Amino acid sequence: MGNNVTKDVQFKRYLKLELLPTPWCPGCGNGIVLKTICQAFYEINFPLQGTVVISGIGCAGRSAGFFNLDSVHTTHGRAVPVAEGIKYANEKLNVVVVSGDGDLMGIGGNHLLHAIRRNTNITVICFANEIYGMTGGQVSPITPKGVKTLTTPEGNPDNPIDIQHLFVGNKSFFARTSAYHLSHMKKCIIAALQFNGFSFVEARTMCIVNYGRRLGYKNSNAMLNHYKETYKINDNAEELAPNEIGILKGNFQADEQLYQ
Amino acid sequence: MHMDNKRKMLTGNAAAAWGARLAEVDYIPTYPITPQTEIIEKLVHWINNGEMDAKFVALESEHSMITAAGAANVTGVRVFTATSSQGLMYGFEMLYTVAGWRAPFVMVNVSRGLSAPITLEPDHNDILATRDTGFLQIHCETCQEILDSILIAYKLAEDERVLLPVIVNMDGFYLSFTREPVEIPDINEVRRFLPAYDSRHAFFRANQPLSQGVAVLGGSVYTYFKYQMHLASRNGLSVYKETAKEFGELFGRFYGVVEEFMMDNAEYVLIMTNSFSTIGKAAVKKARAKGLRIGLLRIRVIRPFPETDIQEVLRGKKAVAVLDQNISVGKGGILFSEIAGCMYNERERPSLLSFIGGLGGKNVSPQEFEFIFENLQKADKTGATSAPCLLYTREEWHGMENLKKIAGRNP
Ligand SMILES: Cc1ncc(C[n+]2csc(CCOP(=O)(O)OP(=O)(O)O)c2C)c(N)n1
Ligand code: SF4
Repeated sequence: MGNNVTKDVQFKRYLKLELLPTPWCPGCGNGIVLKTICQAFYEINFPLQGTVVISGIGCAGRSAGFFNLDSVHTTHGRAVPVAEGIKYANEKLNVVVVSGDGDLMGIGGNHLLHAIRRNTNITVICFANEIYGMTGGQVSPITPKGVKTLTTPEGNPDNPIDIQHLFVGNKSFFARTSAYHLSHMKKCIIAALQFNGFSFVEARTMCIVNYGRRLGYKNSNAMLNHYKETYKINDNAEELAPNEIGILKGNFQADEQLYQ
Repeated sequence: MHMDNKRKMLTGNAAAAWGARLAEVDYIPTYPITPQTEIIEKLVHWINNGEMDAKFVALESEHSMITAAGAANVTGVRVFTATSSQGLMYGFEMLYTVAGWRAPFVMVNVSRGLSAPITLEPDHNDILATRDTGFLQIHCETCQEILDSILIAYKLAEDERVLLPVIVNMDGFYLSFTREPVEIPDINEVRRFLPAYDSRHAFFRANQPLSQGVAVLGGSVYTYFKYQMHLASRNGLSVYKETAKEFGELFGRFYGVVEEFMMDNAEYVLIMTNSFSTIGKAAVKKARAKGLRIGLLRIRVIRPFPETDIQEVLRGKKAVAVLDQNISVGKGGILFSEIAGCMYNERERPSLLSFIGGLGGKNVSPQEFEFIFENLQKADKTGATSAPCLLYTREEWHGMENLKKIAGRNP
């Protein structure tokens, strides 16, 4: 038990505690993802030296600076090529990207396709809140069709990108998880970090202020409950249904023993 | 006469949105960025309410946005878009391309300092980086000016003697988020000034095959087209004056390519652009009250560059200070170089001093203006003009020293 308590706070070594609190709104899900990433780091004993965190621009992007690790806050959309540059120059480094869905799939989407194709050995953790949070709540590439945002007041006319399909036929790793399913999120992140090749975790999380509230959620707890009620865990799936979270089956199976 | 005109308190962003609304644009490709976002949110709100009839599209980046703007424009529809800073840089490649297509649309840029390090507040490295693209540039000091300049910009861009896109620039925060009283002209009067876009220039039609952006290796064809653009941009000076005069006669607000403030019998001149000119004017007024014969010259149209107008104002002056809110790294102030270039062949050249201030939205305090004015007088007496001088107060210096200690790692 005592052991557990120590473990509970040990993840903090991966954070610059003196910089807290974060600039995020009360109820924002980003803090949950940030904490879970640190817990995953701790669990597999990621070295403080030798790990680099890279982010693009956005609320999620602000997280890079809070890690007690070397970090780069790049321009909007450019996190993946910066990460690839670092990894290719110094293969020994653990390179992790933390950024928003707009940043990674929209303005930076092209880079993602090619990192998947090259199977570059980096991990991307996408804070998938379905919106451009930082700029005030405009439609993102994964906002569902029909949803009203500031730039789609009549409802989003376009289909969202179903990220998992970018990985079909490639050797890379994909998992979807949610801010409600904490142990699942940790499991996905650990698996992604240990995967030898390109790995991507779509972490569904809530932007309460510039998204959830406009959709009618009272608070972020209501959004968490929505994840709880919506998502069923389906690890090792061929394909995830919209109401499923899980790790896609693929070449990563070979490494599965690493995370039991 | 202006019965239907209404006055409202508007931010610079809202004034820009009103400009696009009154120009009755057909197509608005967009991508959000602080501090521009309010412009596109207003427009989509009006479209959704039925107050405006235009097609609004949220694109995935500024690169696609500027491409879409140019492409739609050369099918013969009126196009508006807006961006800022990183967005303008991200779309930079396409600025040259759409100008080369001779696509006469209007884009607003809300100035913001460029990364790295990251900031949200304004300086002019973003907009001035685009000065060679072929876009004409109008720089604004007030919210009213933004609305009016957008209307003037469409008429200027679409004029057959010009046919080039125009950027209307405002400072982020200082203007984009500041409310000022703005007169919103009556739509019927605007239509009289700016009729619906009737593109007789080369544009895509189903029954007439046409190629844009063809490859022209060898240089002579390329040179021809580039020089045509240059001549068209130069035509922009007289077309601008004609257009602004017509605008003034209709709406009672006159905008020159440059604005002269307290220039009567001035011996010294301070040159500025955009919203910081307002604090420059206050400093000039104060110095005048103390007996210094100084005036302020605000450059409003920066492309095409109004050499003759500037030469006329500066002729016979004792000393001139250019306050650049930008830094061309490895050179100094961008406007300073341009002013110096246009004064070189003048027979009676005033001493020319270069100051750099207001980077990343940093304030320029009254003391800093006084420092400039002292240096102007010194330059006149001793002929001493220094290298570009960075304005930075002692307090700011101490603040920075403290931050460096906190950062800790460097000695
Ligand atoms: C080139 C460029 N264009 C636009 C912006 C403005 N911008 C900053 S963050 C952002 C979107 C952020 O959305 P997302 O990546 O989903 O992250 P979130 O804020 O939701 O965490 C945009 C459009 C920018 N910084 N740079
Ligand atoms: S705007 Fe949304 S994503 Fe950004 S900090 Fe607030 S709640 Fe989080």
